[in-house]
Amino acid sequence: MKTLSRVYMWVVFALLYAPILVLVIFSFNRGGSLSSYTGFSFRWYGELFRDSVALQSLKNSLVLAISSSALATLIGTFAALGLDRMRNRYLKGAVNSVTNIPMMNPDIVTGVSMMLLFVAVGGILGLSDVLGRWTMLIAHTTFSLPYVILSVLPKFRQFDASLREAAMDLGCTPARAFFKVELPHLLPGVISGFIMGFTLSLDDFVISHFVSSPDFQTLPLYIYNQTAHNVKYSMYALCTLIIVTILALLLLVNFAGGIGDRTKRRKEATK
Amino acid sequence: MDNTLIKLRSIEKSFDGEQVLCGIDLDIHDKEFVTLLGPSGCGKTTTLRIIGGFESADTGDVYFDGERINELPAHKRQVNTVFQRYALFPHLNVYDNVAFGLRVQKIGEEEIQKRVREMLEMTGLRGFESRRPSTLSGGQQQRVAIARALINRPRVLLLDEPLGALDLKLRKDMQNELKRIQRETGITFIYVTHDQEEALSMSDTVVVMANGRIQQIGTPTDIYNEPVNAFVADFIGESNIIDGVMPEDNKARFAGHTFACVDGGFAKNEAVDIVIRPEDVDVVPVEKGMLSGTVSGVTFKGDYYEIIVDVKGFKWMIETSDFVAPDEKIGLYIEPDAIHVMKKSEYSGKFGDYSTFSDEMDHLSDPDAEVGEDEEEAILS
Repeated sequence: MKTLSRVYMWVVFALLYAPILVLVIFSFNRGGSLSSYTGFSFRWYGELFRDSVALQSLKNSLVLAISSSALATLIGTFAALGLDRMRNRYLKGAVNSVTNIPMMNPDIVTGVSMMLLFVAVGGILGLSDVLGRWTMLIAHTTFSLPYVILSVLPKFRQFDASLREAAMDLGCTPARAFFKVELPHLLPGVISGFIMGFTLSLDDFVISHFVSSPDFQTLPLYIYNQTAHNVKYSMYALCTLIIVTILALLLLVNFAGGIGDRTKRRKEATK
Repeated sequence: MDNTLIKLRSIEKSFDGEQVLCGIDLDIHDKEFVTLLGPSGCGKTTTLRIIGGFESADTGDVYFDGERINELPAHKRQVNTVFQRYALFPHLNVYDNVAFGLRVQKIGEEEIQKRVREMLEMTGLRGFESRRPSTLSGGQQQRVAIARALINRPRVLLLDEPLGALDLKLRKDMQNELKRIQRETGITFIYVTHDQEEALSMSDTVVVMANGRIQQIGTPTDIYNEPVNAFVADFIGESNIIDGVMPEDNKARFAGHTFACVDGGFAKNEAVDIVIRPEDVDVVPVEKGMLSGTVSGVTFKGDYYEIIVDVKGFKWMIETSDFVAPDEKIGLYIEPDAIHVMKKSEYSGKFGDYSTFSDEMDHLSDPDAEVGEDEEEAILS
């Protein structure tokens, strides 16, 4: 039984990671072939860094991911604050569900509806090329928002309200009490919300496909456009780099969450 | 000289339609140690929170040093609080927790260092500066909470059941400590507790509360010796409360006997409640007693025996240092000044009869037994 479960585990792992592994291995292939590995080389990485369009879209992707997730974190944290302070239980539940809908909504629906909205608003304002950098920022901020709320709201719930009262008792205005006492407690949730938004923005293709324009390409859009012709082997190198980045961020998220949990556990142990 | 610092006038407060305070009038004097005492749900914590500025009264006024402060927010009041579960800031160490109030006021670091050191000295926390609250014991956390609240040099310190989470031995130590701190600093303490012993041993003034109303305000000895009604008599220590009448001043008739007493001022033959503390009844041979009864239970309490005596169906609790055997017939002798006469109140007949007392264990061990309302209260209290 034990060996069987071990085998099963490895099969699952293989299914999950074999494609990625193949990609990573072939990104270091000297020759330009998918079927034969002719030796280790950084050839495609070199080629990638000479491809100015690819580098520009990488830059676009990073700038967009950082700015949209920062914006989503700011808005989401205050949205969670508002949700937490809501007195009416039914209204609270309703607002909570409404903010969660974008998470369930298929990306293609979100993408199409956003494009329609942007074009319509652009028409009203008399702008011809409304799609581009700014619509991308709005769209990415919007779809990251519920994930930020989702990771910050539980931190609000865990917060001991008497700490806030203690801060005010010692002379803090309500706003000051929030920044001095409540925010430090929320920080792990805020950080993991930010990182989640960042990774979501970085790898979004479907929504971006609808709300962007050719003069503002992100990395996923660029790669997709490449596949329409012949796949450049430098794309393997690019994908490998992205995987490594995402992996690093995920480890960071788990680490940040882990710190919060550990201090909580230690507190409970001393009770 | 009027040294009233805090004045509450007809304070009312309800939560979700349930009235928790029904007209609280209270004067608190400067440098006084006042205790709000009562069972849970009596409104004592709400009263404290209204003084601290964490709740606002529905109607009524709060005055501080002659000024009405109903609308003054918590952070502007010259009042600091020691919270029930300390509410120490978990992300700050002991030093920064204590320094918090001073940093908010933007006081220079040098002055802060001096005052924090002073506070830690007074509360016996030297050497703990860099520890996190989560690594401290309950008693140490308590001291940090007190130091943090006192460093702002408030006019009034509010304490919300501060010793509730500590074990008995530590509690006694902290009681003395708090009393010492209050004397040293000369700060007015308003202390909330449900522990009558704590209230009696620490306070200058005890305010007994029940059901959102103040029952009695007085010194600990007043409250113990001259309770105004059956609730106060029962809540403050053990007491036998018996129905009686006053045929005339200095005479009380109860349990089928007329006793000499020292109370008066009642209407002729007015029905009253008679309170007799268990330690004020002397056990004597049957022929010398004013009353006689049969011992139905004996409990050894260390320095005394607690016995239950059945006198014509009413069970008395008596504390005596002489051993008496169960089922023995004994006489009871009561001095005139041991008899305290109270006017009838809404609490008459609810407290002070120990008939259910000896059956408590049976009720607790038998899950099917129906516990009546009165009995339930007796078990809870």
